[in-house]
Amino acid sequence: MSKLGRFETMTPLTDHETRPRTLAEKLWDEHCIRDLGDGVDLILIDRVLLHERTGAVALKSLEAAGRPVLAPHQAFCTMDHVVDTFPGRGDRTLMPTGGAFITATREAALSAGIELFDLGDDRQGIVHVISPEQGIVAPGLTLVCPDSHTCTQGAFGALAWGIGSTETEHALATSTVRARRPEPMLIAVHGRLEAGVTAKDLALHIIAALSVSGARGRLIEFAGEAISALDLDGRQTLCNMAAELAAFSAIIAPDEMVFNYLRGRPFAPSGADWDRAETRWRTLASDAGAAFAHTAAFEAAAVSPMVTWGVSPQHAIAVDGVVPSYDQLTRREAREAYDRALGYMDLAPGAPLTSLAIDAAFIGSCTNSRIGDLRRAARLLDGRKVAPGVRAICVPGSSSVKRQAEAEGLDRIFQAAGFEWRESGCSMCFFAGGESFGLRERVISTTNRNFESRQGPQTRTHLASPETVAASALAGRIADPRPIPARAG
Amino acid sequence: MEPFTVLTAVAAPLVRDNIDTDAIIPSREMKTVAKSGLAQGLFAGWRYREIGSREPDPSFVLNDAAYAGARILLGGVNFGCGSSREHAVWALADFGFRAIIAKSFSPIFQANCVRNGVAPIELGAEAVDRLARAVAADPARRPVTVDMIACTIAVADAEALPFAIDPQARRMLIEALDAIDLTLELEPEIAAFRERDRKARPWVYL
Ligand code: SF4
Repeated sequence: MSKLGRFETMTPLTDHETRPRTLAEKLWDEHCIRDLGDGVDLILIDRVLLHERTGAVALKSLEAAGRPVLAPHQAFCTMDHVVDTFPGRGDRTLMPTGGAFITATREAALSAGIELFDLGDDRQGIVHVISPEQGIVAPGLTLVCPDSHTCTQGAFGALAWGIGSTETEHALATSTVRARRPEPMLIAVHGRLEAGVTAKDLALHIIAALSVSGARGRLIEFAGEAISALDLDGRQTLCNMAAELAAFSAIIAPDEMVFNYLRGRPFAPSGADWDRAETRWRTLASDAGAAFAHTAAFEAAAVSPMVTWGVSPQHAIAVDGVVPSYDQLTRREAREAYDRALGYMDLAPGAPLTSLAIDAAFIGSCTNSRIGDLRRAARLLDGRKVAPGVRAICVPGSSSVKRQAEAEGLDRIFQAAGFEWRESGCSMCFFAGGESFGLRERVISTTNRNFESRQGPQTRTHLASPETVAASALAGRIADPRPIPARAG
Repeated sequence: MEPFTVLTAVAAPLVRDNIDTDAIIPSREMKTVAKSGLAQGLFAGWRYREIGSREPDPSFVLNDAAYAGARILLGGVNFGCGSSREHAVWALADFGFRAIIAKSFSPIFQANCVRNGVAPIELGAEAVDRLARAVAADPARRPVTVDMIACTIAVADAEALPFAIDPQARRMLIEALDAIDLTLELEPEIAAFRERDRKARPWVYL
């Protein structure tokens, strides 16, 4: 830990607390209204986010119980999960009952007095993408959402975590949740990522090493040179994948990059409030000598572009690697699970990943659908063509990302290369009975979960970075993005 | 919600690690904006022969007649990982499960269980494996008893094993408490806290 410059500068200790604390502990203490006994605290919640997939049911059930939303102006709702992403979409969806989710959400948000980013609203998009865009998340805030990838927003120095629907009702009705203080875990990443290696690769590298339960229930703080060097898109990608470590959440101490990003956003503080907020945000860091119950350290230079071979995010290996034999697994698991994964993915041990032909390529989701992700993919696609027979789709994470990309001409690059260019939403990150990839198709995808049938009926998902997905789409098989120079000559 | 005190029932072993909520209830089976009517979709990807069909796959444990009426499910490590969808618990409860005994749980899933009166019980890996073997010998005649009062688990008349559970979760299960009701009783304290906080962090209050 002493290797990390961040913790060598002392931040002042509050007078009631002299033990050095981690950033997350400080935020927890600051929001703790009371100790409820048995180690459970009542925690003040500053922001509640909802989407039509799990939010409607919470709002409806709250309404049925006659419980009003305590602070409707601190709650926000979007349409992202069930909505179609075809151009010209409306309330009717390919998912057979999707329309019911959309209308129920609209009615419930309206009657609760909650700001809704509806279809057609230029602020609409994936909940974790639009929250920072709108300045809803900010350093030091507690934020909950009935969605496991809420941890994405820890990239802004907020304590943001996913909860269930009933807990969401609790948060809406009382502006609090009952929760057990999570154990702090420090994941330090030293050095710098090499060119062509991204936050997504780093995330998969860490998950492969620690396993999908490697941070179960813990609050991860990512720190170190490689983390400070990541841009905000990359930090969000990394924090997003903390859900795949079963973490309570993840956080990164906020810095200048965060303050500059948030300044002037619609729901961010303004005027004198901004100055007060920013002064406070600048103090948000772990104290020197703060004790983390768990630590793990990684060398950024050792990270390669990563791709998953199996049905769990921990089944990730370097793109130039081969499907591991049971004895070569980085994380032990039951023989039965390993055999199942191989069978499901239709793979043989020893096969090079780059020998696998793909049916489809997907760029999108709350993991990798921000403007930086799209720019980096477009650089590889510029002047090139997707391999014949490969279905390639790009779904911007928000309507605002889409507009920005179009202003930069990225949509034309994607389309000229043979990608479909969509409206924003979760789209084929998950299969809800609507649009999906075909039966047993092999898909390379920038999403976060390669679970069985996650992207379609028995779809074989390989997780990777936008660069690797773009390079693979061009090659028609899984490909290492590194040898490809930007722009065709 | 029904109080959870002592439950004796057939236990179905599904002791795989990292059973995610997409597997427990695939997204395509979450068809309505409601908490009920989800039993049909439980483990749909494993339970039925084809996606979208309702033809049972005989090799799946819940299609085995020996486990008919099971109300206890045995699981592996990190049970309920992945998506936070509470539909996973609603589907299990709708199917009839009142207790999940696993080697460990994903935290969101575990909290969701307690909120819905389903007991998430963590046991050591070996104990779960032993339990699964003991049950499989004759599921109907070897029911499992979960005693939330004594914090023990027993198969048929074998010696009871102690288990540890979060005391707050235990109380909420035994008394079928609603967390929102409990917290609403603290409303004055919450209001006072927010008032003080509003002065310190005015920008938080939109
Ligand atoms: S993009 Fe995928 S992982 Fe992200 S919130 Fe939507 S469905 Fe969930």
